[in-house]
Amino acid sequence: MAETLQNLLLGFQVALDLKVLGYAFAGCIIGTLVGMMPGLGPLAGISLLLPATFGLNPIIAMVLLGGVYYGAMYGGSTTSILMRIPGEAASVMTCVDGYAMTQNGRAGAALAIAAIGSFVAGTLGVVGLMLLAPTLAAFALRFGPPEYTALLLMGFFILAYMSGGSMLKTLAMAAFGLLLGMIGIDAMSGYTRFSFGIVELGDGVGIVPVAVGLFGISEILLTAGQAGSPPVQRPKFRELMPSRAELRDSVAPIARGSLLGFLIGIIPGSAHVISSFVSYGIERRLSKHPERFGKGAIEGVAGPESANNSAATGAFVPMLALGIPTGPVTAVMIAAVMVHGIAPGPMLIQQQPELFWGFVASMYVGNTVLLILNLPLVGLFVNLLRIPYSYLYPAILCFCILGCYSVANSVVDVWIMLIMGGIGYGLRKFGYDLAPVALGLVLAPMLELSLRQSLAMSAGDYSIFVQRPIAATMLALGAILLVLGLKPLVSKGADWRSKVGLDDQKP
Amino acid sequence: MARDSERLRLRNDQLSGLMLFALALFAGWQNRTYPIGSLQEPGPGYTPLLIAVFLAILGLAIAFGGRRSQPLGETRWPEARRAFMILAACAVATYALEPLGYRITITALLVFFLGVLERRPPLHVVTVALGFSLLSFYFIATLLRVPLPRGPFGW
Repeated sequence: MAETLQNLLLGFQVALDLKVLGYAFAGCIIGTLVGMMPGLGPLAGISLLLPATFGLNPIIAMVLLGGVYYGAMYGGSTTSILMRIPGEAASVMTCVDGYAMTQNGRAGAALAIAAIGSFVAGTLGVVGLMLLAPTLAAFALRFGPPEYTALLLMGFFILAYMSGGSMLKTLAMAAFGLLLGMIGIDAMSGYTRFSFGIVELGDGVGIVPVAVGLFGISEILLTAGQAGSPPVQRPKFRELMPSRAELRDSVAPIARGSLLGFLIGIIPGSAHVISSFVSYGIERRLSKHPERFGKGAIEGVAGPESANNSAATGAFVPMLALGIPTGPVTAVMIAAVMVHGIAPGPMLIQQQPELFWGFVASMYVGNTVLLILNLPLVGLFVNLLRIPYSYLYPAILCFCILGCYSVANSVVDVWIMLIMGGIGYGLRKFGYDLAPVALGLVLAPMLELSLRQSLAMSAGDYSIFVQRPIAATMLALGAILLVLGLKPLVSKGADWRSKVGLDDQKP
Repeated sequence: MARDSERLRLRNDQLSGLMLFALALFAGWQNRTYPIGSLQEPGPGYTPLLIAVFLAILGLAIAFGGRRSQPLGETRWPEARRAFMILAACAVATYALEPLGYRITITALLVFFLGVLERRPPLHVVTVALGFSLLSFYFIATLLRVPLPRGPFGW
């Protein structure tokens, strides 16, 4: 413990250096703005900034990109609550009750709870990262291919069960995302699949153009017919104070969301998107008044917001300790460090203590900066959303084109973004949820690899998934959720989702 | 008679389910050229085939279960024309991005959006279009050193 504190002290010496502090500050501001802009998420923001970090030292590069990442997590909640537009995918669930609170005149309280929850979860996540990283990373190391396969399948079933609307549609969207993830060179055999002669597709379909197209472009296309700007509330500073009852109701969801998000975040392959979905589902299930969900329940904001911020921090555990990216954002950040000749992995903490502990300390600083900045300055940030929509959406479209192009300097990525925008528009008109598509795309390579490795291990025997206790438990849980989710299709009785009115919601 | 015609009306979920089924068939058809391998050693076509079959089943289930969804004819598409124009303009801009360069393409795209689609005052259109394209190029390409396409005259 004394050694940890000593290391943390070293980290703070690095993080509180004026230059590093300045970059942390800049990263948080850029991240908040990026997170607020519909269509631009943390991934697009980090991808855009990545080439700019090549000239910086690795500590500053990590601090800057880390600031953008968790800044975007904070910022994403603002547009979700005020405009029902998720700035990034993890904020999708915040839209449901956050926007309902705005309609009920409680936008300020929703923003405050989101910021407080994010701060608490982010800080607890860093404590977890600091104290539990070695133990938890060791547990994740015990996972073999069958466990990974079971974990990923369970993740899809949890997502399908917990998300609003039809379970069949959610699973179909996940399958669509998985199919997209099959495009490109097969890592095990070297075959190029579904590339249709386009050389650039050999590298696969990137998450940036797909996510920007599905969430950003489709949103703009759907709002194209609007006569005026979407209404934007500008909460006054005094309205930001939640009531005592709202604070009391938020304590447990924030605690649960922080723990759940961290646990989901450290599991390689999972995404922070799923943590907010699961947290929302759990809060609704635990609530004595589930019927309030969807109509402005503060728990529906506190839980998912805490979970996605905690997951963002948890994702750094396997990234820093094992060198395994848990999602596309951490994959890009690993690339940023590797450019400087540093390989993240078990030796990183010993060989680069200043980098590891400086980054950990900068996260404490960043979370505090975000809390101090975001609450008083929310009115200022909201001004960005008050720009007339007729000026805002063309600028967002240009940013989307710019962001997608600059990731790989490829026009093909921009074409993919536009195609996915058109598909996303059509799917949303037909009531499909798009988050599973992005999740399927990110997890497809890992699912395929682990499935094929598992079958190779067992000489083609599928029973390997039930012979190993961890995998069997996860698959059983997934199967139970699948059966529960499909029950309303074969029996007349309504399940909890329709009872609480979630079937009507299209986040 | 009226009841029969009501039954025959295509519904949203029926159409979307059938489209997903068609997509799965297409993926399965494309997948035929990749070796499936064996259970012991699955080939590159194994997982795509599994996913295509899963998607086909889900597509059919959505289509068969879509009897109670909204009739296709009742779905309103008021924004479709404008959405199509936005998408088409972005497609033209994407096509022109490398030959014409970032600044010229983005200026032209913004002039189209603001001047033609949104009918903003001409002075605003020119100021915003030029200001956005030049400033964003300066920040991204010059300050952050992200290579952006330049046109025929270095523009």
